[in-house]
Amino acid sequence: MADEATGGGFSIYPMDQFIVKPLFGGDVVHWYTPTNVTLWMALGVAGIALLMVAGSSARAVIPSRGQSMAELTYGFIHKMVEDVAGRDGLKYFPYIMTLFLFILFGNMLGLVPTAFTTTSHIAVTAVMALAVFVTVTAIGFVKNGKDFLSLFWVESAPLVLRPVLAVIELISYFVRPVSHSVRLAGAITAGHAVMKVFAGFAAAAAIAPLAIGGMVAIYALELLVAFIQAYVFTILTCVYLRDALHPHH
Amino acid sequence: MEGNIAEMGQFIGAGVAGLGAGLAALGVGNVAGNFLAGALRNPSAAAGQTATLFIGIAFAEALGIFSFLVALLLMFAV
Amino acid sequence: MESEETAGAVGRCVGPDGGAIGMPQLCFDWFPNQIFWLIVALGAIYLILTRVALPRIEAVIAERNGAITNDIAAAEELKLKAAEAERAYERALADARAEAQKIGAETRAEIDAEVATATEKAEAEIAARTAESQKRIGEIRDTAVQNVEAVAKDVAAEIVASLGSRADPAAVEKAVARHMTGDAP
Repeated sequence: MADEATGGGFSIYPMDQFIVKPLFGGDVVHWYTPTNVTLWMALGVAGIALLMVAGSSARAVIPSRGQSMAELTYGFIHKMVEDVAGRDGLKYFPYIMTLFLFILFGNMLGLVPTAFTTTSHIAVTAVMALAVFVTVTAIGFVKNGKDFLSLFWVESAPLVLRPVLAVIELISYFVRPVSHSVRLAGAITAGHAVMKVFAGFAAAAAIAPLAIGGMVAIYALELLVAFIQAYVFTILTCVYLRDALHPHH
Repeated sequence: MEGNIAEMGQFIGAGVAGLGAGLAALGVGNVAGNFLAGALRNPSAAAGQTATLFIGIAFAEALGIFSFLVALLLMFAV
Repeated sequence: MESEETAGAVGRCVGPDGGAIGMPQLCFDWFPNQIFWLIVALGAIYLILTRVALPRIEAVIAERNGAITNDIAAAEELKLKAAEAERAYERALADARAEAQKIGAETRAEIDAEVATATEKAEAEIAARTAESQKRIGEIRDTAVQNVEAVAKDVAAEIVASLGSRADPAAVEKAVARHMTGDAP
């Protein structure tokens, strides 16, 4: 960690950017303490309000630029839910929209220099993934009753293989929230750590141009990743929802 | 250079785990390449399958991120 | 970031120099804080979306779709009207053409009839004149024949007289008439 990294002549602390700090001084982080997590989540909420509420405030039939963006976001997620989860999945559209916008704004605001990236923390993504997992499982059982278990009983497979497949399906079902959350947090953490490492290399004059060029490239890639991870988290939520609504393959 | 053998093991392990990320890149490239090959053969069907493409990429990428996570854990958490 | 000792939550996760110990992501001391604020943020976003943003955008999109549907229907109607107008125009054109043809045919027939009557009249006149001319020619010929007869009688009488005998007018007349009819010996 930090001590080893200084040995090479560089001061690279790629993990320091993820530290949670109280906003108004003090050492102890209680559950209610306003921290940089609070700040950046609040900024995210403000950004969402700006996009979705201020943008659409004109209610024009011929939209302005801001309203077009709000409507595009709406249409993008609405279509995704309808295409992937089906018409009856549209009931859960507001929840999915909430998740998508939170992750998108968390990722994007995290790319502002010196920002704190809320979605890089496994605590945040795991809560969302677990919420999706629990909700989807509950929906599955409420909507289909015992029928929901047919999700694990692959009818199209030979009878001998079905118990084996059932075990595999069961395991993969319970791994879902893990991969769902770790994917998002891992991808964001990785990108930010890599950028920090490049920034550390920029301290040496000899390789500074290369390091800065690399940073620019990684930053562009991270912009893409920020969007794609939000998209992937959302679309996987839709896929899980589809499995819960229509467990028969 | 001083240090103990456990530390060396951590770093070596992290490096080896990093290979997994590179191999996951192969997987992602394979998914995207095959999608493109299929899309060029039947462009009209491609638009409806972009969601599937991203799901496939996400699953392939997740394993790379897992190995990256292992590397991070070895470096910083163990 | 490293030297903010006053702000840093020095403890199990942050070293005395402000640097992170291990991965900050795995610092369980911070989990309750993050989860609490996450739930607050998600709740706020959910309320903003469901109370304000989504109904508004839904309404706008529905309104736009309605407007588009109406406009398309109106355009369809106008198109039908235009097609009808075109058809009416075509019909009027065809009628006019037929009318023109009829008028042309009528005029031609009229002219033909006029020409025919004129021709007939002219022919009748010509025939009348021809007949008159023939008559006059006949008259002239008759007169000429009479004159010739008289002259022949006179000449025959004179010849007879000059031969020394008195001419019998009746015999002269008879001989002349016989010669005039052409059956003289």
